[in-house]
Amino acid sequence: MDVLINILAMTVPFSVALLLASIGEMFNQRAGVFNLGCEGIMAIGAFVGMLIPFLVGRGGAVPLYYNFVGIILAALLGALLGLFFGLVCVTFRAPQGIAGIGLQMFGVGTAGTLFRHFVGGTQSIPGLPTMPIPALSKIPVLGEIFFSHNIMVYLAFIFVPISCYILFRTPWGLKVRAVGTYPRAADTMGINVNRTRYEALMVGGALAGIAGAYLSICQAKMFSDELIAGRGFIAVALVYFGHWHPVKIMLGALLFSLAQTIQYNVQGLGLSLPYEFFVMLPYLVVIIVLSLTSKNQTMSPASLGKPFNREIRA
Amino acid sequence: MNKQFRLIYSIVIVLLAIIATFLLSSVILLVLGANIPKTFYTILISPLTKMGHISEVLIRAIPLCIIALGVSVAYRSGIINIGAEGQMAMGILAFTAVALACPNVPKPILLPFALLMAALGGALWGFIPGILKAKLQVSELLSTVMLNYIAAQFYSFCLRVVMLDPAEKVNGSGTPQSMRLTSNIELGRITGRLHYGIVIAIVLAVFVYLLMWKTSYGYKMRASGSQSRAAKYGGINVSSYLAVAMIISGAFAGLAGGVEIAGVHRRAIEGVTNNYGFSAVVVALFGGLHPLGIIPASFFFALIIYGSTLAPRAVNVPANIVQVMQGLIIIVIVTTQMILSNKYLEDRVYRKVKHIFEKEAK
Amino acid sequence: MEDKIRLLSMEHITKRFPGVLASDDISIKVKEGEILALVGENGAGKTTLMNILMGIYQQDEGVIKINDKEVRFHGPEDAFKAGIGMVHQQYMLVPNMNVTENVALGYKKAWKPFKLDIDSVRKRVVEVSEHYGLYVNPDAYIWQLSVGEQQRVELVKTLCLGAKFLILDEPTSALTPQETDELILLLKKMKDELSIIFISHKLNEVKALSDNFTILRHGKVVFEGKTSDYAPSEIAAKMTGHEVKLPENKEKDMNGEVVLSLKDVCVKSDRGFLALDHFNLDVRAGEIVGLAGVSGNGQRELAEAINGLRSVECGTITFLGEDLANKSPYYVIDHGMGYIPEERNIEGIVPPFAIRENFILKDSDKSKFSQFKFLKKKVINENAETLRKDFDIRCPDTATSAGSLSGGNIQKVILAREITRAPKFLIAVYPTRGLDLGAIEFIHEQLLKKRREGIGILLISEELDEIINLSDRVAVIYKGSIQKVLKHNEATRSSLGILMAGVKE
Repeated sequence: MDVLINILAMTVPFSVALLLASIGEMFNQRAGVFNLGCEGIMAIGAFVGMLIPFLVGRGGAVPLYYNFVGIILAALLGALLGLFFGLVCVTFRAPQGIAGIGLQMFGVGTAGTLFRHFVGGTQSIPGLPTMPIPALSKIPVLGEIFFSHNIMVYLAFIFVPISCYILFRTPWGLKVRAVGTYPRAADTMGINVNRTRYEALMVGGALAGIAGAYLSICQAKMFSDELIAGRGFIAVALVYFGHWHPVKIMLGALLFSLAQTIQYNVQGLGLSLPYEFFVMLPYLVVIIVLSLTSKNQTMSPASLGKPFNREIRA
Repeated sequence: MNKQFRLIYSIVIVLLAIIATFLLSSVILLVLGANIPKTFYTILISPLTKMGHISEVLIRAIPLCIIALGVSVAYRSGIINIGAEGQMAMGILAFTAVALACPNVPKPILLPFALLMAALGGALWGFIPGILKAKLQVSELLSTVMLNYIAAQFYSFCLRVVMLDPAEKVNGSGTPQSMRLTSNIELGRITGRLHYGIVIAIVLAVFVYLLMWKTSYGYKMRASGSQSRAAKYGGINVSSYLAVAMIISGAFAGLAGGVEIAGVHRRAIEGVTNNYGFSAVVVALFGGLHPLGIIPASFFFALIIYGSTLAPRAVNVPANIVQVMQGLIIIVIVTTQMILSNKYLEDRVYRKVKHIFEKEAK
Repeated sequence: MEDKIRLLSMEHITKRFPGVLASDDISIKVKEGEILALVGENGAGKTTLMNILMGIYQQDEGVIKINDKEVRFHGPEDAFKAGIGMVHQQYMLVPNMNVTENVALGYKKAWKPFKLDIDSVRKRVVEVSEHYGLYVNPDAYIWQLSVGEQQRVELVKTLCLGAKFLILDEPTSALTPQETDELILLLKKMKDELSIIFISHKLNEVKALSDNFTILRHGKVVFEGKTSDYAPSEIAAKMTGHEVKLPENKEKDMNGEVVLSLKDVCVKSDRGFLALDHFNLDVRAGEIVGLAGVSGNGQRELAEAINGLRSVECGTITFLGEDLANKSPYYVIDHGMGYIPEERNIEGIVPPFAIRENFILKDSDKSKFSQFKFLKKKVINENAETLRKDFDIRCPDTATSAGSLSGGNIQKVILAREITRAPKFLIAVYPTRGLDLGAIEFIHEQLLKKRREGIGILLISEELDEIINLSDRVAVIYKGSIQKVLKHNEATRSSLGILMAGVKE
């Protein structure tokens, strides 16, 4: 029972990076852009996120707000990379899948290069403290699972209903949905298709940046080349799994992080398989889930992956 | 619009693309505070100054070329294989397993057989995303990446447990690696460390050229990749060609792994794949998805991969810079292609230029 | 802003696209309460001109004036503000949003910084639809609506945005003749409050609705006049520049044997509902059966099912004694089926492939073009040269990529390939859609020639004139099943129109 609670209590904070990145990717895809560079943006976010507290503290204590400076910087750089991806895929209309791979390589490479130069080896930072919510955290079992985490966890989960509201109740959400489904119609209604796609890419990039920073500052409390470990790609897969809806994406993120958490509790569960097989587990789950859900994609934004050109008739 | 303008226009765009790549990489170098011209010299020129360096470059060009040929077959057939890293790992494991299982079989039989098994191992790993895409429309971009992670774990499990060198078990440092393989699987060396894998790479390039451009199989694969709806309409079984293309692509990656062990490492260790799987995607695109382009492209990228390993000592720039450059090159290539094929833009530029000339003439 | 548009004029408008002068020094004028018909063949530049008026395209030269004051529209929003609205030929409605949301896309008054005031939009929709007598359900999703209903939504949407000046681009192209009549009545009623530009190439509609007309040809104004002064045939002659008489099928019935027979065929659409619902049809050798119907009633699914591109839920497709249901496309092709597909640009050809490569799309394995799987380059090139000459395909050479050709030439490439493969049957889906009269004439002649050779042809089209001219028998499809099969002499525009609307007898 304790092991189970332990696993679930880890699952919730572990899902945050996936959740944020995936909701960001959802905004991209709702606007019709498939950004496979999410992994690269997360890597850069993770690096700059930890760089600030690291430079300030050099291994020692760091005033709390420097962590947030790191997170905000990660968001800004993420938005900048989203903008860059927009230039490539929206303005120049480059094929999005392959350009995304380029962005992923660029991001991972840049983070690795700068990390070696500015940090060197494995260096840990204090990270964000847990902030149990008064009263709620005292509830047996549930308190430990849901209400005894750092502040970013709460913010991330509060963001789920907020992103629903943005998508379905605001003019911007309306624009995003229209340009991802039928950009020509949006264009004739006076909506700037490319600008809207740029905006969505910047929002998506910022969220991916924050997700990366969350990994380095709040989860691992360090940076390494293997830190992101495909979470950017899993986030993209989660968007499909969650049918482009924030709530379903949240459920998906919890499911995947559950698979990820199990590897840390192998011994507690009394399982004797080599640990490599538990590390494989989440990736395997992604493939299985994709296999089960890909065939029926009537929900997907109809213009996903298609650049818009006003002067060429579709 | 005349031909002369079109030619100059293309040249200018390509030049701008090259400049853009340099400028963007320079931004990162600037952040590092590195000496920018010296860094580019170290990476791009210095490996060409010594014979020993050139043979190191060629060694790296061999796996790049073989994998990129496979990637180009898949890409032309409409499937982007970024899973070569995992396919190569599976090839290495298959190759090593054969070598460990029957070390005493004579070389003329064992070496080809082991290479064949390496190709099969890669083919199997390539077949999975191929069939998933063909039958269930699973995005190959995601499935191949996931399979890379799974293969990496499986690879490390094999080296750590199943294939671990008995000597390491007794009194070694616990390095996960196999024992040195029998000399019956070694590929001969031409000079220095340069091995006969280079011949295999060139033979495969010819094979891919004939397959894709001279046979009806290649015709059908290219048709499937160019416009799958038209191919289906034309009676081509697109999904089976998709799976076949991924099998070929995976086999090439697996074979590259086998060749790498037979020619260079001669035992399975960590880090053999060396990101070749991803680099080969860049090579394939840079080479225009054609064997004639892929051969020089693989040399060029082997050059920067090797050059970047010299960078930490020479100019204090981490070797990861090569990944930055590769990412930028992919982005610049696909962007440049779109700009060059944009007739509207070309037309607009043409009229602007004409306008300026007319004004000056007045 | 809310000023009335007493006079709208476009003066000396010129717009270039790569290789095409889409609009060449065009000037038009529309007064308050006037209905102007903009007439011309496909590709004459009508839609381009109207897109310029809406600010979707920017003209290279020329000015737009409202009440003699020059205006410049940088996008559709500017045009909306000036009181101009357009209903595009292809409806500009987001299918997975409801009617209110679609209107909200352009209704900027409801755009609060952090909230979309959807209730005010809904009120406006109800208000407008009541005022003009255009009934729409504001909460219905677009994908649930029929084509006629979608057009009403388009009109309501445009009016909600404050249009006093309406542009209608081929508004009747997807409607049955009866729906067309209703629309014309409605527009006549609205004339008191609105000015209208009406794009069409259907002259009876022009005659029925417009006050004045302007004829465009190859991007130029070739004629202007008062509609009441000219007969439709006169306008037609001015539109094409010369008398064109399209070939007609006047020969006797061949009475061949039944070669293609569909019995109780059911096929699902992409969305999963039944697109063909117990569909029955026989076609004989040496006859052309025209399949008339508003597009979207199962035509696409029918062609795909016969050709093995869509699975068949039930029923049989008997072709020369073999059941084709759920066979592979290769099997169907191998048994002698020829097929001119609806989407010529992406289905009929592989766009980046050379013309000569496209000619062997269905035969790359045949011994004619390859030996031991190796392609015979010389034979392929010779074949291409022959076809290029025989079918008058205009291209620099046969190594040119097929995708760079004009629509008419692409269709000739497809036709050349399909006809010279010596098929035993031919299915042609919208074979002349969007082509100019010269190409249409050529294609009609080729189809009639094949008919004379004893080949059965299933001609799927939405152009009633095409069907009436060419067919021996006309079948009408409605909601996935055959309404009725008419003899050549029974098929008239009005008889077909009633059947197409789903009315039986």
